[in-house]
Amino acid sequence: MKLQEFQAKRIFGQFGVPVPQGDVATTPAEARAIAERIGGTVVIKSQVLVGGRGKAGGIKLARSAQEAEEVAGRILGMDIKGLKVKKVLVDPGADIRKELYLGMVLDRARRRVVVMASSEGGVDIEEVAASTPEKIISVAVDPCQGLREYQARDLALNIGLAREQMGKFAQICQALYECYMACDASLAEINPLAVLGDDSLMALDGKMVLDDSALFRHADLAAMRDEDEETPEEREARLNGLSYVKLDGEIGCMVNGAGLAMATMDIIKYFGGSPANFLDVGGGAKADKVAAALRIILSDPNVKAVLFNIFGGITRCDEVARGILQALEQVPTKVPMVVRLVGTNYEEGRAILAEAQMATAETLAEAAQKAVAAACGA
Amino acid sequence: MSILVSKDTRLVVQGITGREGAFHTEQMIAYGTKVVAGVTPGKGGGWAVGNVPIFDTVQEAVAATGANTSIIYVPAKFAPDAILEAADAGVALIVCITEGVPALDMLKVRAYLDRTPSRLIGPNCPGLITPGEAKVGIMPGHIHARGNVGLVSRSGTLTYEVVYALTLRGIGQSTAVGIGGDPINGTSFVDCLAMFEKDPETRQVVMIGEIGGTDEEQAAEFIAAKMSKPVTSFIAGQTAPPGKRMGHAGAIISGGTGTAAEKIAALEAAGVRVAKHPGEIAELIAERL
Repeated sequence: MKLQEFQAKRIFGQFGVPVPQGDVATTPAEARAIAERIGGTVVIKSQVLVGGRGKAGGIKLARSAQEAEEVAGRILGMDIKGLKVKKVLVDPGADIRKELYLGMVLDRARRRVVVMASSEGGVDIEEVAASTPEKIISVAVDPCQGLREYQARDLALNIGLAREQMGKFAQICQALYECYMACDASLAEINPLAVLGDDSLMALDGKMVLDDSALFRHADLAAMRDEDEETPEEREARLNGLSYVKLDGEIGCMVNGAGLAMATMDIIKYFGGSPANFLDVGGGAKADKVAAALRIILSDPNVKAVLFNIFGGITRCDEVARGILQALEQVPTKVPMVVRLVGTNYEEGRAILAEAQMATAETLAEAAQKAVAAACGA
Repeated sequence: MSILVSKDTRLVVQGITGREGAFHTEQMIAYGTKVVAGVTPGKGGGWAVGNVPIFDTVQEAVAATGANTSIIYVPAKFAPDAILEAADAGVALIVCITEGVPALDMLKVRAYLDRTPSRLIGPNCPGLITPGEAKVGIMPGHIHARGNVGLVSRSGTLTYEVVYALTLRGIGQSTAVGIGGDPINGTSFVDCLAMFEKDPETRQVVMIGEIGGTDEEQAAEFIAAKMSKPVTSFIAGQTAPPGKRMGHAGAIISGGTGTAAEKIAALEAAGVRVAKHPGEIAELIAERL
């Protein structure tokens, strides 16, 4: 789960990272009130979960409360990469002398949290990594030891910080690491971490991604989910315990198991079609879950055919077959369907579907070819 | 021979009285696996699934029954504790089926396990099977047949798909291992490849990977440097978009790494034949028999 900038910065602040004392507005009038309280120049920042907000015109300076109201009025409602801006963050303007980067992420291959720092902050860090990888300094943290002070000092030194800033930087590193571990983050990033005119350091931006699997022990963080950022389909999938990712093709897929679901998308492409979605109904999928999945798939107007690929193990094919029929009662459709059932109770499942006169297939390759043909209207 | 599980496997089921644990214990016993004990704290002294004795702790179960392998069906929030308990009781092989264990918990668990002799398979995996000897997992047993192909995979049902196609062609398996779809797990592709390379019964190996991480790239390096047996592979997620988690917590293309194209290129450079779709794996294996 991704957090908005204002949420990430508030959390960073709670762990001792210096952050601007701004606030969030949903109307131009609120933005004006915040700007009046802050006084002087403010920065108005759209709160949407995509990168490149600045380039899209979603981040602007305002020199007075009046201007803040006007600027907020222009940014609120703006469309940034398909997302509508519903909130802006109003932060005090900062006297930036230098922009640094500080981030942490779980490195799977090393099985460590890795802390990365760079003197080249304020720009896309992936570009820095690609063009000047030597400018990113990283240290791996032993999970039993935590991030040690000397490691943070090493980072400070190697990104060329002045000695006066070394202690402050090390403190921020450790605060962010503590925050990362306490919140079960999978990414925490400050870009830029600014060196200000008075030599202090401040996190001017914040990004945080949380481990969905750990949300059960963070009710407060789970409550921060911004439902505006989900499509209705994604929300229905999440509430039904389905794994769903919308794609832009025309063959809807319902599969049990993530690996098999990806392989099903791949084979559709291999036979000349394009998948409309990734959907894993999970193990032991019962009829109502299957019905919810089919509703989600059919709500996409691009879908011209649906492919069911179920390899019964814990999942019983007869249950899935009943779910398909149940869903078709709820959502009548003319979209052609191809069903492939193998494994536990597949004979019962096929018998149930035979009555509904649905196209069936024995192998995955056969099913994919039939679905591609059906989508083409063949 | 085979790897990791065999007729000598003596299994303790952690979470034996839960719905999943009880159902799969029954299935494993029906397959012929020696299930010697179950553990559910607070229910020690009772019996589960017919005549399997229940203990309060893994320590007691091991002392009383000589269990050498454990399988874990407890909910995600209790799974890290269950894994550590099994390791502290000296269980050599620990198989964690549980899905949704927090990554930072696994980070600490794995760091601890690295200082013990125990091996963990999973979490978020289907388990492993040596056909005809022992099934330690949730896979449908009847689709497997005994033979000379070793299988290792990050996926569950996709593995069943490949196994079933092999069996239908009359090609049996030595052992099939599901290492799981999480970012931090107990056993890697390289670990399994090394074991298959040493196993006299295994003549060919199938490795089923997916997008995310660099485990397949590390496997490619290992294959090029250390393996004499032929390896055939398939990588799922060739059509997956970057930045989106495809079901498994570990199946995500992030920061431009973990794409199927990179993995396929690395494997092919190491001499691995990579199937274009799962159905092709059995064909490629059959050509080399």
